[in-house]
Amino acid sequence: MLIETKGLKKVFKSRGKEVEAVRGVDLAVKEGEVFGLLGPNGAGKTTTMRMLSTLIEPTEGRAVVCGHDLATDSAAVRRDIGYVGQEGGTWGEVTARDELVMQGRLYGMSKRTAAKRAAEVLESFQLSEYADRNVKTYSGGQKRRLDIALGIMHEPKLLFLDEPTTGLDPQSRAHMWDEVRSLRERGTAIFLTTHYLDEADALCDRLAIIDHGEVVAEGTPLALKKEVAGDVVAVGVVGDGEKARTLLGEKDFVREIESGEPDPATGVAVLRLYVDEGATALPELLRALDGAGIAPASIELHRPSLDDVFLKQTGRSLREEGN
Amino acid sequence: MKILRDTWLVYSRAMLLNLKQPVWLIVMLIQPIYFLFLFAPLLEPMDGMPGFEEGAMETFVPGLIIMMALFGSAFVGFGLIAELRQGVIERMRVTPVSRIALMLGRTLAAVTSTVFQALALVLLAALTGRLDVYWPGVGLMLLIVLLTGFMLAAVSLGLAIVLKSEDAMAPTINTLVQPIMLISGIMLPMVMAPSWLQNVAEFNPFYYAVEAARALFSGDLGSDYVWQATAFIGGLAVLLVWWATRRFARAVA
Repeated sequence: MLIETKGLKKVFKSRGKEVEAVRGVDLAVKEGEVFGLLGPNGAGKTTTMRMLSTLIEPTEGRAVVCGHDLATDSAAVRRDIGYVGQEGGTWGEVTARDELVMQGRLYGMSKRTAAKRAAEVLESFQLSEYADRNVKTYSGGQKRRLDIALGIMHEPKLLFLDEPTTGLDPQSRAHMWDEVRSLRERGTAIFLTTHYLDEADALCDRLAIIDHGEVVAEGTPLALKKEVAGDVVAVGVVGDGEKARTLLGEKDFVREIESGEPDPATGVAVLRLYVDEGATALPELLRALDGAGIAPASIELHRPSLDDVFLKQTGRSLREEGN
Repeated sequence: MKILRDTWLVYSRAMLLNLKQPVWLIVMLIQPIYFLFLFAPLLEPMDGMPGFEEGAMETFVPGLIIMMALFGSAFVGFGLIAELRQGVIERMRVTPVSRIALMLGRTLAAVTSTVFQALALVLLAALTGRLDVYWPGVGLMLLIVLLTGFMLAAVSLGLAIVLKSEDAMAPTINTLVQPIMLISGIMLPMVMAPSWLQNVAEFNPFYYAVEAARALFSGDLGSDYVWQATAFIGGLAVLLVWWATRRFARAVA
C-alpha cells in the first residue's frame, strides 16, 4: 500500500466556530494505480490531499504515506511524493528551465544532475521549445504541463494532483489525461481529486466518493456503477411529480426512485427510476403513466453513471452542483 | 549544512527575480532622492544647531538611509502574497527544503537590495559634495542597516503569511511603520522634541538605529547608541525571524 489512512480527520477553527472539513476518512491506495477522490466543491477532497501531502496536520487519525508515518516522519514522506496544487505553483517571471533546475536542487540534486533531469523532463512534456521563455508567456495547457513536470522532477513514487484539469479547455484536458496515463505506465502512482464525473470514470483505476468530509463509496468505477445496477430511466413530468412518484414507486420492476426539484423555468421535475431492464420497463412505464392520465414531458434511458452512484449515496446530483 | 545550502538556493532564486525586475530597485531609490534634493536643503540653515552638531547633511543622510531600509524591507511581504496566491510557496513547502531556509533566503535577498540601495544613496549624497563621508563608519553603518532590514523583512514576510491579502497588508504596514518612523528622529533629531516625546522614542528600537547610524557616519564608533542599536535590533531580529519561520512552516495558504 502506498497510502493507508485510518480515521483521518481535520477540524478548522475560524472565528470560534469549529468546522469539520474531513470527518474520519479511511483510504487505501495501491502501488502504481490512479486513485481518484471524487466529490463536489467543499466535500473535503483538497483538505484530505493537503493532509496526505504534509501541507496541513490532521486533527485526528493516522496515515502512512509511502511507508512513512505522516505524523512522525513527514520529512521522509516529502522526499517520496510529488504534489501539484490547484494553482500550480509557477511564477511568471521565471523560465521553465530555471524553475525545474531549482526544484531539482530543492530535492537535493546537484546543479548538473538537476540540469540534466530538467532537460529530460522538458523533452517528455514537450516543453523544450519554450524552456527558456518566461512562464507568463505560456498557454494554459503549457503551464499545466510545467506544473506536472515540476511535480515529477525527482521521480516520486506517488504524485498528488489537485483538480488537474479544472479550467483547462477540452483539448488541454485530453492531453492532461494522456499525461496521467503515461505517468502511470512508467510506474508512478497518482492520487487525484476531481469534481468531474467523466474524469473520474475515464482516468481512475479506483476511486472514493467523498461528501461532507466522509467517504460514501469506494471501488473501481465499474464496480461502483454495478452497485447501482440495471438501467436508469429519467422521466420528466410537469405538475404531477408526486402522483407519478407514488404510482411508479409501486411497480415491481422499479427498484428505487428518486425525485428532483421542479425546474423553476419549465416546471419539469425529473424522476429517476432504477430498473433492472430498461428496454422492457419503458413500455410498462408509459402504459402506467398513460393510465393515470399523466403525460411525461421527456423520457431518457441510460446506463448508470458515477453521478447515479453519487445520487444514490447522497440523494443529490453532482451535476446539479453547477461546477 | 542543509540549512545553509537551502538558504542559498532560496536566496539565489529571490535574487534572480530581483535582478529580472530592476525597476522596483530604482523606484525604491527615488523616494530618498526626493528627500535628498527637495527636503534636505531646508535643513541646511540648521547646520551646527542642537541635534545638528555634526552638520545638517551628516545628520540627515544616515536617517534617510534607515528610512529607506524601513520602507524597502517592510514591503517585501507583498511579493510573497503574490507567490502564495500562485501556489509557489505551497509547491516549495511540499519539497524537503528546510522551512527556515524558505524564510531566511527571502529575507536575505531583501536585505541585499536594501544594503545596495543604502550604498547607492551614500555615493549619491557624497557626489553632491555637501557632506563629509567617513567611509569606515559608513561600512559599520551598513551593518546596522543590514540588521534593520533583516528584522523588518522578517516581520513583513510573517505578516504576509498571516494576512494573505495586499488589501489588508498595505494599511497594516503603514499603521506600523509610520509612527515608528516619526518617533525615530529620521526627519529631525529627537533632541528637538518635547521631553514626553523623547521618552516615548526611547522605547523605539529604530530610534537607536537612527542615532547609531548617525554616530557611525560621523566617525563616533564608540557611541553607546551603537551597541544599544545592535542589541535591540539584533534581539528583535532573532525573535521575529523565529516567529516568521513558524508562520512559514504552518502556513495554510
